[in-house]
Amino acid sequence: MKEFMTGNHAIAHAVKLCRTPLIAAYPITPQTPIYEKLSEWEASGQLKGIMMRTESEHSAMASCIAASLTGVRTFTASSSQGIALMHEMLHFASGCRVPVVMANVNRLLAAPWGFWADQLDSLSQRDTGWIQFYCENGQEALDSVIQAYRIAEQVYLPAMVSIEAFFVSHFMEVVDLPEQEQVDRFLPPMDLPHKFDMDKPGFLVPVVPSELYRKYKHMAQVSMDSVKGLALQVDQEFRNEFGRGYGIVEPLMVEDAEVVVVTAGSITGTARVAIKELRERGYRIGLLKVRLFRPFPGEAIREALRGRKRIAVIDRNFSLGGGGIFCQELRAALVHSPDRPLVFSYIAGIGGTDVRPEMIERVCLDVMERTEPMDTPIWIMEEGS
Amino acid sequence: MVLTEERPNLLRPGHAACAGCGLATGMKLVLQAMGPRTIAVIVPSCEGAIGGVYPYTAYGVPTIHSAFEIAAPTAAGIANGLKVQGITDIQVLAFAGDGGTFDIGLQALSGVAKNNDDIIYVCLDNEGYMNTGIQVSSSTPSFAWTGTTPKGNPRRKKNIMEIMAAHYNPYSATATIGFPRDLQQKITKAKGIRGTKFIHMLVPCPTGWRTPSDISPELSVLAVETNIFPLYEVEDGKRYTINHQPRRLPVREYLSRQGRFRHLKEEEIEQIQRDADEEWKKLRYRAGLSG
Ligand code: SF4
Ligand SMILES: [Mg+2]
Repeated sequence: MKEFMTGNHAIAHAVKLCRTPLIAAYPITPQTPIYEKLSEWEASGQLKGIMMRTESEHSAMASCIAASLTGVRTFTASSSQGIALMHEMLHFASGCRVPVVMANVNRLLAAPWGFWADQLDSLSQRDTGWIQFYCENGQEALDSVIQAYRIAEQVYLPAMVSIEAFFVSHFMEVVDLPEQEQVDRFLPPMDLPHKFDMDKPGFLVPVVPSELYRKYKHMAQVSMDSVKGLALQVDQEFRNEFGRGYGIVEPLMVEDAEVVVVTAGSITGTARVAIKELRERGYRIGLLKVRLFRPFPGEAIREALRGRKRIAVIDRNFSLGGGGIFCQELRAALVHSPDRPLVFSYIAGIGGTDVRPEMIERVCLDVMERTEPMDTPIWIMEEGS
Repeated sequence: MVLTEERPNLLRPGHAACAGCGLATGMKLVLQAMGPRTIAVIVPSCEGAIGGVYPYTAYGVPTIHSAFEIAAPTAAGIANGLKVQGITDIQVLAFAGDGGTFDIGLQALSGVAKNNDDIIYVCLDNEGYMNTGIQVSSSTPSFAWTGTTPKGNPRRKKNIMEIMAAHYNPYSATATIGFPRDLQQKITKAKGIRGTKFIHMLVPCPTGWRTPSDISPELSVLAVETNIFPLYEVEDGKRYTINHQPRRLPVREYLSRQGRFRHLKEEEIEQIQRDADEEWKKLRYRAGLSG
């Protein structure tokens, strides 16, 4: 069934369709419409379960982890300062091996204050052990939440689905809502082998000696690495059931491209338009969208970029003293590539500034000119600023 | 002790508490009254150390060692997780120290009490950060020595019971190991009430209080009989009941037994006496008694 809705509401629908019985949340702009919509459905009985209205995001995550350990599916949504406050519990969630799913609406971090799109909030959490997806639009966000539960509940690791503030969270688009029976077929009930067991009273999260800690973290890495293959498989099954899929990366017109632009999130949609235009004008430009960020799909990216010589990574995020974060990761993934491509880092859309097709065109033309490698990121600003 | 003879011991022998630890005795009494259909939450504190290192555990019920400030929302998450599955015969118990309750966990506890989530929260109050080696908390009494108040604590102990009462939660009570029957009765009562139940338990700590290891129960009794720590209940934030009529011994008898108060000047002891008298008067007033 097709409906006109915002990215936030698309995510709320996904949570309802997944029959998530326990939600714990705290309001923060621009995520709040997810929390409100789910509360509305809980109050009307359309959503069967409990909404925990916690006093902070930190407690929301604590409650999700704890409830998950009783064997139930859980959800929270957050953004910006909220996910920063959660930081301690994000590590705890992956350490507890619980399949909590969280939607994050990418909003800049203070100071100074602002509410606008910027991916630094969730990218700053890249080392917390969460699976991370970055979505282009509401439809993809809805579908990714459903996929995230399938994956998380198979590897017992938490998963985060991110959309950008306002550009996706508040923008209304036509979304194809899956039928409940389809989702039920696709997503089996959750089962957690290490949930609380009254007959075998175990002790969860003990103090462990060094060797055990190391062993435990290694086991987590093996599970996390398996997500690259699993996410592809789940996406294929999703395609079979729902008739659409995304892959973990999406290459577009890269086969003959002189320059490949790499994007994540909503800038991808704009890049699709810009690149089509440039192609019409005779420029051989390709596009690579990175959808899965953790685990980082290095092999899939190397495969997609095989033979390409110039790459331009556009980041709506910035690690001070480092650079664009997707670019850092991509460079690391390409370090052994026999093609030794030149990888340039472009910073665009920081603080929710608009990234128009002309700006992507400027990036492409700029890369064409470059013959020497460059470490430092190139900031794309509006003309005259 | 009524229950001791009847119920299994759910804090097993071999735990790692210091000799004469009042906190371990308190946990044992609480767990015994809770019974085996309990899921327990502990947080970083002596509770964590007492539990032992993997693969050993002293806890006889399913237990999670959660993070410092989240005993309450962890317990609430478990309680609600069980509730949505229709499981009604398991109680969720949170143990946190005074640091985890009065200080770093206060906001989270307040959030859970506001929602009236169905948990029993027991604050094991040894009046300082003892697991990290005796530092001041907002539960440390006036003038007490700690490693971070070498000249004595300049501030009074926070009144956590009044803070809880301000949430209008169904049940809060004080308890201490020197009155085991009263303590276990309160746990049993809390088990029969739905919502957020709070037990403020004073647990003498030989290591942190600088006391011999064989006087913890005695000190616990003295704390009550000197009115340093009266035994009472608060229901729905308004009905106060005093559970024990104290002998009103001078506070000096309690203070003089502890190394952490050894340096006290005469006027400081008098100040503590005045504070205890004043608090007792307030409590009697709240309980509807005069004078
Ligand atoms: S430091 Fe105090 S509370 Fe902790 S185990 Fe030792 S005696 Fe018990
Ligand atoms: Mg303490």
